[in-house]
Amino acid sequence: MILNLIRANVLLFGLSALSVAAEEPFIVVQSTTSTQNSGLFDHILPGFEAETGIDVRVVAVGTGQAIRNAINGDGDVLLVHSKPAEEQFVSDGWGVERFDVMYNDFVLVGPKSDPAAVKGGDDIVAALTAIAETESTFASRGDDSGTHKAELRLWQPIGIDLTDVSGTWYRETGSGMGATLNVASGMNAYTLTDRATWQTFGNRGNLEVLIEGDPRLFNQYGVILVNPEKHPGVRSAAGQRFIEWLTGPDGQSAIGSYTQDGVQLFFPNAN
Amino acid sequence: MQGFSSEFSAALALIFRGDAELWSIVLLSLEVSILAVLISAVIGMPLGAALAVARFPGRRVLIILMNALMGLPPVVVGLLVYLMLSRSGPLGVFELLYTPTAMIIAQVVLVTPIISALTRQVVEILAEEYAEQLRSLGVSRLASVPVLLWDARLALVTALLAGFGRAIAEVGAVIIVGGNINHVTRVMTTTIALETSKGNLALALALGAILIGIAVAVNAMVSTLTLRAEQEGLRHA
Repeated sequence: MILNLIRANVLLFGLSALSVAAEEPFIVVQSTTSTQNSGLFDHILPGFEAETGIDVRVVAVGTGQAIRNAINGDGDVLLVHSKPAEEQFVSDGWGVERFDVMYNDFVLVGPKSDPAAVKGGDDIVAALTAIAETESTFASRGDDSGTHKAELRLWQPIGIDLTDVSGTWYRETGSGMGATLNVASGMNAYTLTDRATWQTFGNRGNLEVLIEGDPRLFNQYGVILVNPEKHPGVRSAAGQRFIEWLTGPDGQSAIGSYTQDGVQLFFPNAN
Repeated sequence: MQGFSSEFSAALALIFRGDAELWSIVLLSLEVSILAVLISAVIGMPLGAALAVARFPGRRVLIILMNALMGLPPVVVGLLVYLMLSRSGPLGVFELLYTPTAMIIAQVVLVTPIISALTRQVVEILAEEYAEQLRSLGVSRLASVPVLLWDARLALVTALLAGFGRAIAEVGAVIIVGGNINHVTRVMTTTIALETSKGNLALALALGAILIGIAVAVNAMVSTLTLRAEQEGLRHA
């Protein structure tokens, strides 16, 4: 009986391995947790796959890790949200060209009790200053992700040494956005999150949006083909096709039509 | 946590309605982990048995090392296998990263030390028992390995189960080398990690309950078989 089970499994696995090999063409997209966790890919990819027969395999990690994976050649397309790092990636020769795809915004969420009394303002730097002054608990991604890089840029004008306060009121989770929201929810901390992850997050506890609408909270996503000259294995034709679709009318309208509870999560803005 | 239990039972209901996507995830988990354990057994059992009977300088050190490797952190294994299979790595040309094969390789690295260390222990005891007999028959130490493995087979089932438990429950390695890609490399544990990060804690917990259920089912099945084989052995003796 156990042998039969094992045989069945070997057979099944053999078949699935075969079917992978003989399957339609695919590309690997290195992307971020925010695009996956929000359900965006599940909404837009079937359209592309039906039109082209190209299977899109998304690996969702933080922007920093996605870029490093792409530098290692472990992906054909990079779709992340940290413009300076993306431009660096291209100018270092790892990527072919960067295109804007869509944007949304970051929001500051925190406990309803709001110990730093920041609610209602639209100045993110003033709010972070108040959090630092009252030493209210703040959960940082701490993982070199796009959101983490954006958060660090926002702290910069305040001029506090974050490594100094790390471990006191400033907590670095070193985890993804969802995991960090779980931490913030668990210890009633403030945290910076992209709106898409927040909108689809299921464990908000006492957290609510406190600051939004500051232009500095703008969150731009870009897409880049990994340079086939650096990594000959890159599936550049299929990858290029995906980028053209994503930044073309079909992809852009698919992005714009994605809503969660009636709220649009990403705004297409390819040129 | 209000309404958590109702959410949890809703998630369980969803799961037991026989969602095709979920069952393909369960099936992939089983395929990957069972194959990883079988490969580990082929490598680990002869290795463990040889280490039990052979006598050479440095043997103790090797045994300590093997026992220590039972505690390998999955994330580290995932990272090592990633570096090997990456397009920039030495095995990059095989394009194995982000495939079920990559996940099996990572789990083999995790499970082999467990199976070989437990085999070593079981066989060493047996070898002492059989020492007289084997010597009188003129069987060399290493030549006795197959016999010892065969006679220890019922005890070695536990080693297999320990390895399976490690493989099926592990998330750190498979999420790095598999990439948690939907319909390709998404298994139970990476799904649980994903749902947790979406804040869908009830669904994550319900999936965890299924994972435990699978582990119980596999263990029950194997222990029934072992018991039957034991009784059969007694009858023949």
